[in-house]
Amino acid sequence: MTDHGTLEIRNVGKRFDVAGQTVAALSDINLSVAPGEFVSIVGASGCGKSTLLRLIVGLERDYDGEILLKGNRLAGPTLGRAIVFQEHRLFPWLRVEDNVALGLLKSTLPADEKRRLVREHLDLVGLGSFAKAYPAQLSGGMSQRVAIARALVNRPDILLLDEPFGALDALTRAYLQAELRRIVRSEGITAVLVTHDVEEAIFLGDRIVVMQPRPGRIAEILPVDSSSQHDRASPAFAHLREIVLNGLGAHHPVLPGRLAA
Amino acid sequence: MTAVTTTSGISGKARTKQHWNGLILPAVLILVWEAASQFGIVDARLLPSLGTIAGRAWNELAEGRLAVDIAASLVRYLTGFAIGSALGIPAGLALGLSRTLDRCVGPTFNAVKQIAVFAWIPLISVWFGVGEAAKIAFIALAAFTPVVVNTWAGARSVPRDLAEVAQVLTLSRWQRLTWLAIPSALPSIFVGLHLGLIYSWLATVGAEYFMTIGPGIGGLMTEGREHFHMDLVILGVVLLGGIGLGLNRLATVLETHVLSWKQH
Repeated sequence: MTDHGTLEIRNVGKRFDVAGQTVAALSDINLSVAPGEFVSIVGASGCGKSTLLRLIVGLERDYDGEILLKGNRLAGPTLGRAIVFQEHRLFPWLRVEDNVALGLLKSTLPADEKRRLVREHLDLVGLGSFAKAYPAQLSGGMSQRVAIARALVNRPDILLLDEPFGALDALTRAYLQAELRRIVRSEGITAVLVTHDVEEAIFLGDRIVVMQPRPGRIAEILPVDSSSQHDRASPAFAHLREIVLNGLGAHHPVLPGRLAA
Repeated sequence: MTAVTTTSGISGKARTKQHWNGLILPAVLILVWEAASQFGIVDARLLPSLGTIAGRAWNELAEGRLAVDIAASLVRYLTGFAIGSALGIPAGLALGLSRTLDRCVGPTFNAVKQIAVFAWIPLISVWFGVGEAAKIAFIALAAFTPVVVNTWAGARSVPRDLAEVAQVLTLSRWQRLTWLAIPSALPSIFVGLHLGLIYSWLATVGAEYFMTIGPGIGGLMTEGREHFHMDLVILGVVLLGGIGLGLNRLATVLETHVLSWKQH
């Protein structure tokens, strides 16, 4: 299960041309994600954390440095890496089951095996009974669960999550965070989560990468003690949150845990 | 433009009521018309009574001529519409999905489409002769333009975020076309087909009226005009309107059915 190799990000930089000027979105990013590890990346808006995910998944191919998987340089998207975006991005004309099956379009599995996988992953996210519904009939949280099922149906080695719960209400968010942790742990998937929610980063991550903007760079990488991360009310959790917030440049000790987007 | 409206949100009862409201004006007009001809207010040769027209319709029907004319028009129309849209959809998709085509062919097409469709009649008559082929070519052209324009617009505006999903799922070009581009353009394609349906019906009448005479509703009207049989002319008008209305309805029903995912 853990044979899918380490994700190595070496000296990665990314520049955009904005109105004739070159802006550095990312600078000198070095990060190594071990197989089965869950890494949370936190940072304020504009620190390039989403750009980093787009580089890893292969949507942006023009960058400096190297991104390696199992020692091979990544070139473009492959089915081994899946992404869940902040918006669910379901195809509105396809039923829920067909949206999940989109993930298997390139697969060479026999049709009944594909059907079984779709069903299994819908059950995994608790939406087995909504297979025939259209996306517009689902709530935001349900849609995002379908998007997670679509990302997982190929059994990717690496799951990338770009603020997947950012648009959801607090209750749904807490529920889906717990669900996501359960699924990722049980499938042994390597996960990289981008978020601006410090509590979410601590709750889900084995390590927390704190990024700072202009240019987007890694400020520090903090290990999360597994005993402290499960209980949001524990002093250890609060202490880590304080450290992360300080790393983000929020020096005031009573700032709320969630930064403004 | 066509009225592609939805009445969702209005309850069934209210909708039925509104439906009836729309019939009041035609009913009044028909009453005025009938009264005018009954009381001799207008010359019966210019505006024959309803009874005369109904009688004429019955006669034509009994002689079998009316069925032949309607069938001739419909076959011509559907053939032209089918050819025009069968060429228009791929052309529109190609223009919308290929940036090169959009840049190279787009401006020319946009310029040419400004030419009123009836201005093509002399050219088409020369190119396709005076027979059935010319009429069908003209009808096809009338359907082609709106189908291309709307398909093009639909294919060009495939949502970028969904295109990224297709990219991440490493879908092939063909899979992107069938799972993303076409379904996402489908509402626009239907607008184009709907307009094409209307334009090519107008073109059918135009072709029958302005090009060579032959069987068809246009031919029937030409004959009526030449022999000063106003009942025949009005019968033609009623048929044109009725068939056009029916086709419009049919298109709306089909559209609602195919785009059912938009209803939710």
